[in-house]
Parts: sequence; structure tokens; C-alpha cells
Amino acid sequence: MLELRGVGYEADDGKEILKDINLKIDDRFVAITGPNGGGKSTLAKVIVGIAQPTSGQILLDGEDVTNLSITERARCGISYAFQQPVRFKGLRVRDLLTLAAGKDTKVTDACQYLSEVGLCAHDYIDRELNDSLSGGELKRIEIAMVLARGTKLSIFDEPEAGIDLWSFQNLIRVFEKMYQQTRGSILIISHQERILNIADKIIYLKGGRVEKYGDRESILPGLLGTSSRAACPVLTEKMEG
Amino acid sequence: MDFIGKNLLNKVSGLLDIPTSGAFNIRANGESAARSTSENIDIVSKTDKPGINIIIKPGTKGESVHIPVIVSESGLKDTVYNDFYIGENCDVTIVAGCGIHNCGSEDSAHDGVHRFFVGKHAKVRYIEKHYGEGEGRGKRLMNPESEVTLDEGAEMDMETTQISGIDDTYRKTTAKLAAHAVLTIHEKVMTTGEQHADAYFSADLNGEDCRCNIVSRTVAKDNSVQNFTSVLNGNAACTGHTECDSIIMDHARVLASPQLCATCIDASLIHEAAIGKIAGEQLIKLMTLGLTEKEAEEQIVNGFLK
Repeated sequence: MLELRGVGYEADDGKEILKDINLKIDDRFVAITGPNGGGKSTLAKVIVGIAQPTSGQILLDGEDVTNLSITERARCGISYAFQQPVRFKGLRVRDLLTLAAGKDTKVTDACQYLSEVGLCAHDYIDRELNDSLSGGELKRIEIAMVLARGTKLSIFDEPEAGIDLWSFQNLIRVFEKMYQQTRGSILIISHQERILNIADKIIYLKGGRVEKYGDRESILPGLLGTSSRAACPVLTEKMEG
Repeated sequence: MDFIGKNLLNKVSGLLDIPTSGAFNIRANGESAARSTSENIDIVSKTDKPGINIIIKPGTKGESVHIPVIVSESGLKDTVYNDFYIGENCDVTIVAGCGIHNCGSEDSAHDGVHRFFVGKHAKVRYIEKHYGEGEGRGKRLMNPESEVTLDEGAEMDMETTQISGIDDTYRKTTAKLAAHAVLTIHEKVMTTGEQHADAYFSADLNGEDCRCNIVSRTVAKDNSVQNFTSVLNGNAACTGHTECDSIIMDHARVLASPQLCATCIDASLIHEAAIGKIAGEQLIKLMTLGLTEKEAEEQIVNGFLK
């Protein structure tokens, strides 16, 4: 179980990005949603250890991981799929999957992960993660890496963004299969209704605070009924057509 | 051959011991240590200066020749002149390379001057590794010089690697390309400590539809210094591309100077040069997979130079 107690994060310029976040996450699928700039990605980075909280505590299965490094948290069982995957000149898909799985990855092993995200291992295993891959391909490989890790907490930052022809249904199937294998929690940052529809719980983050947190059935209808309409009168007029 | 010699031989040529067949010439401490020729590949000592002529019969396909050099005597300064004559329509591999083990206080040096004359429509793959080791205060120095002449339709693919242990190097490669010739050069260099590596490439693209691609990937660590210069001269309707990509670390210094010169309006020449540190997000990505920062750095550097 992941627990956040009074977690706050202040940026270098003094702006408070996260304010007194208190959460207990122990469900299968938990979606984090909310308006842009609400602190969703920062919350993920604070959990993973990329950003250090300026206040509060983070506990994983009761163990305080607040002061652990990114590496130590990864080894404790936290995985993270970046919103914008990183490119590496010279490192191949095989190398990254090997590092993720912690063991040498052969074509058959790679096939296990890559086929889940709609890629053929034969075609991709020796490709470099450089500019020759499209954003959508990189995004799928990023998801495959989290699959290869198979940890008890997996965090995805907008996994659906940039994945074009590959359907949402497949992405959802990946999450379901991942859960069957890990029995852990899967935390997904998303704006997509189809992703929110599979969540057991939804966190609605706005202005750095948890405005709502509860079962999908209780949170989702309220979210769909409201739009994050801009206060600007020009934009409002255009949106209303 | 002793253990040190065998280890150097393996590092630069992949050979575990002196081979029992195929064409090869092994030079150890300034002298020929072993030689073998084949029906299609002849190796003849030069009479006017140290070195050999390697003559490959026209039409030879699928054969390779190894010409490694090893230096394990501290203070030895060895210069060798090797000429390669590759007949028309050949398809061969040449494995060169030099390993220096210096445990003494005097500098050890090997300067290899190679000339390649590649016949019409011949294909050559040239692999060269440089490696140095030894705890002595004496430096390990290498200054390879290559002159490549590609006849009509000839193709040459050169892979040169210098990953560790060479204190000071100046590599000079010049080439002349006739019509439809193709030259590809992949250079990999890593410098550490106080090492210094200079590389100068120059290709004259003289024939119609000839192509040249020079790609250099380097990593400069500690206080090391690298200078890379590449010059492409487009004198015909040709295509040339030169790329220098470097990772800079610690207090290193990297200078990249690609130069293009066209004397024909149908010449198409491109240069790219990029120098930068390892991106923070690359380190973070690998750390989220459970690697320490140091392990992540090693993976990125090794991958970059692979």
C-alpha cells in the first residue's frame, strides 16, 4: 500500500505545487485526473523520488521511503512510465528491457512484453531508442519496460498520449494483465474518460490539492458534468460557439 | 607468445593465439612474429622501410586478413608502413589494430602508416582497434595514418575504435573517391585522465555519384582533450555527410570542426556536430529501473560507443 501523509512540494521559485496531500492507495487501478497544472505529474515524481517533497511522508507497505533515492525506491518496487519517454543513442530496446527485467532479455522474453503493447519483438528488439522511433513507438516501449519490471506499484503518466492506431482497449488489457501478474496497484494519470472508466478509485487533483478522492461511481459523474472552462470571456465565447 | 602478448592480441584482433590458417601478419615489438599467406592473399615484406605489402587477388571473396601489432617493450618506438592492394571485384575483411603494454618509465609508441588501393567494384571492410595498458609512467602513444584510394565503384567501410589506455594519439585519414565509390567511416573514441586524442579526416569526392559518410562518436572524461576535424571536398555530383557526436564529462575539452568545401554545383554536403553532457532525464530513466547513478552513466556511455 502507498500512503502519503501531508505531502507538500514547493518549486525552486517558491511556488507551492502540492499542498498537504493525504492519500492511501491500495486498489487495483487508481486514476489521477484534474486540470493541467494541477500537480498530477509532480505528484508522480514525488512518489518515484525524482522530486523530493518539502514536507510530509511517503510510505510504501508501511516503510517510510521519503528519504530514499530514485534507485532505492525503484528497488523497493516502484515503476514509472514517463509522459515523454527518453531517447538514448546506442541503447537498444533489448538493453532497456534487460535492465528493466533485471535479467538478460532474449527474443522470446521481449516478445512477452512487446507483443502486449502491439509491437513485434523481431522488428524492435535490436532497434536503438533514438530518433528513428516515433513518439508512439517509444511510448509503447516505455509501457513494455514497466511490464518487464512487474513491480507492486506502477505509475503511468498519460500512457494514452501519442498512441494512435493502437486502441484504448489494448491499453486497458495491458493494465489488466499487469495486475494479474503483480497483484499490485496501478496508478494512472489521465484525462481520458475511457481510462477513468476502468479505475476503481479516482483522485481529482486541482491547484495542488486533492479535491476529491473516492470510488469511480461516486467521483466520475461529477467530473463529467463539469468542464474546466476557461475564465477568459473570449475563450468562453469560442467554446460555446 | 607470452601472456601479455596474447592478451594484447586478443584485445585488438579478437584472436586468442597465433592462428594456424588464413592470411595474417603479426608484428610484435618491431619485428614480424608470425606470418601466413593464402592462395589469394599474399604478404610481402618491404625492402626499403619497415612494413609489408598485402596483395589481394582480383575476385577474392569472403576472405579476411589479420595484421595486428603488439608492443610490450617499454621505450620501443615503432613505425610501420603497410600498403594494401585490393584487386577488382574483391569482397574482403581486413582486421588491423595495435595494443601497447607499457609497464616501464619510457614512452612506447606505434605509428602505423597504411595505404589502401581498392580496385574497381571491390568491397573492403576494415576494422581497427587501439588498446593500451600497463602501470608504468611511460606513455602509450599511437599515431595512425591512413590513405585511401577508391577506384570506380569501390566500397570501403572503416571501423576504428580507441576505448582505453592510449595517452596520446593523432589519427590522420585521407581519401580519394572515384565515380560511384562509397566510403563509410565509423570512429569511436573514449579518453580519460590526461589523455589527448586528435583526429583529422579529409575526403576528396572526385567522381560522379560517389558517397562518403564519416561518423564519429566520442566520450571525453576527466581532464582529457579531443580535437576532431573532418573535411569533405565535393568536386563532382556527390553526396557527403560528416557527423561528430560527443559526450563531455568532468573537466574534459572537446573541439569539433567539420568543414565542407564544394567545387561543383551538384555536390551535396552535410555536416553535423553535437557536444553535450549526459542528459539528466536519461540518468533518471535508468535510475527508475533500479540502477545507481554511476551504473546508469556507464550504461549510457557504453551504449553510445557500442
